[in-house]
Amino acid sequence: MNETGAEQLAERPPFRFLLNGLRDTGEVLILLGDVLRELPQGITKLPLVVQQMVAIGLGSMPLTVIVALFTGAVAAVQASYQFRDYVPMIYLGTVIGKSVVIELGPVLTALVVGGRVGASIAAELGTMRVTEQIDAMETMGISPTRYLVVPRVVAATLMLPILTIFADVVAIFGGYLVAVLTLDVSGHTFTSGLRLYFHLRDVFSGLIKSVFFGAIISMMGCYYGLRSEGGAEGVGVATTHAVVASCLLILIVDFLLASFLFRVLFA
Amino acid sequence: MLRGVSLNVGHGESVVIIGRSGTGKSVLLKHVVGLIQPDSGTVRVDGVDVPSLGVKDLLELRKQMGMLFQGGALFDSLTVGENVGLPLREHTDVNDTQVELVVHEKLHLVGLDQVETMRPSNLSGGMKKRAALARALALNPKIMLYDEPTTGLDPITADLINRLIRRLQQRLGITSIAVTHDMRSAYHIADRIAMLHEGRIHAIGTPTEIQATTDPAVRQFIEGSAEGPLLPT
Repeated sequence: MNETGAEQLAERPPFRFLLNGLRDTGEVLILLGDVLRELPQGITKLPLVVQQMVAIGLGSMPLTVIVALFTGAVAAVQASYQFRDYVPMIYLGTVIGKSVVIELGPVLTALVVGGRVGASIAAELGTMRVTEQIDAMETMGISPTRYLVVPRVVAATLMLPILTIFADVVAIFGGYLVAVLTLDVSGHTFTSGLRLYFHLRDVFSGLIKSVFFGAIISMMGCYYGLRSEGGAEGVGVATTHAVVASCLLILIVDFLLASFLFRVLFA
Repeated sequence: MLRGVSLNVGHGESVVIIGRSGTGKSVLLKHVVGLIQPDSGTVRVDGVDVPSLGVKDLLELRKQMGMLFQGGALFDSLTVGENVGLPLREHTDVNDTQVELVVHEKLHLVGLDQVETMRPSNLSGGMKKRAALARALALNPKIMLYDEPTTGLDPITADLINRLIRRLQQRLGITSIAVTHDMRSAYHIADRIAMLHEGRIHAIGTPTEIQATTDPAVRQFIEGSAEGPLLPT
């Protein structure tokens, strides 16, 4: 096949999608390599890391708490509906506790933070790219990876598990409130059920996942932000790509980690 | 975009590259500082081949160069003082007091006082350019690159920037390369003017030679005429 033929084939939708996917994967892995190489010097910029931890962690807290509260509440309503006439209500606390710490807490927190923080990082770095601030940084001999990417990745990776712990507690509390106030389940019954099959490894599995989710969100935000081009429209496209990629990767990695954790590590 | 550009700039010389928008003037400048790699050919700074440099060597080279970007490219998240002090904090061991002294000195050099604590968003276009110039000068570079230093400025501020660039070159011996399509600025700051056209250096000479040239493309450009060999884009 001559070069023109290959180029025409590469422009067709399925091939273009595949090639773009391969290119993005390769470039993200290169960025990840740069982050790991710059990590020792990047984390010495403690004020930048703390600044990002506040922006990512503290800034996401209200949204995380609200989402978690209603997630736990809905879980209680749904579970009680499905338990009716078949399963004793003592298992309500068990089901809510397990589903929250294993799955709902880490994944919903990551999706919510991914939308908020991933978009924010991509928009900020994208604006810096199109206004030549990244070029200026490189011209000054300052590595954008060390100065911009490492603090964000470290902060998000540390803050996601902390947000997840809060989300777990609030979601279970939301389930407890609904159970006690609207489902005629006593507080003692709910907490007894919660303790019945409680395993610390379930909590750890959720927190392990959230570490990966934090890294994914920040990496996607930084990657798409840094490769923005073309002004305001380019920043908008980068922001959309960062959020979409974060959400997809969170769900894919969730499946892979669940398979590893519950079929291999804790089997 | 660039096809066979050949240009030599001597130590302490001020060369201005003129040309229409989209001819690759800024691209040429970014090749000098290693922000863009050429597909072929060489870019040498002090005898060092820039594209072949590794990350560390390129960083060392860049410490000797300063670049003024078209929009200033000040970091929004930092104050003006923090912007100017950033290269010092990143590349030297000087303490906070010394950084503040240098920041004050560089801002004073460009005619800006009492702006250290202000955010770039609160500065006018001319003040942003001058603050960015102060930042580019923070490490006392041997080479300065200017990308459209006077674009978008009122004539008085533009003249102030021109005088600053000339003074830096003449008093401190800084080698200067500027790209612009502002002919008033070009005549003011250039030892030599080079015109970039169709990916090559089309003409080069002193401001007097350029003003006296009979080349139709150069004449059309310096006179700002819509009629001539350069077609509207």
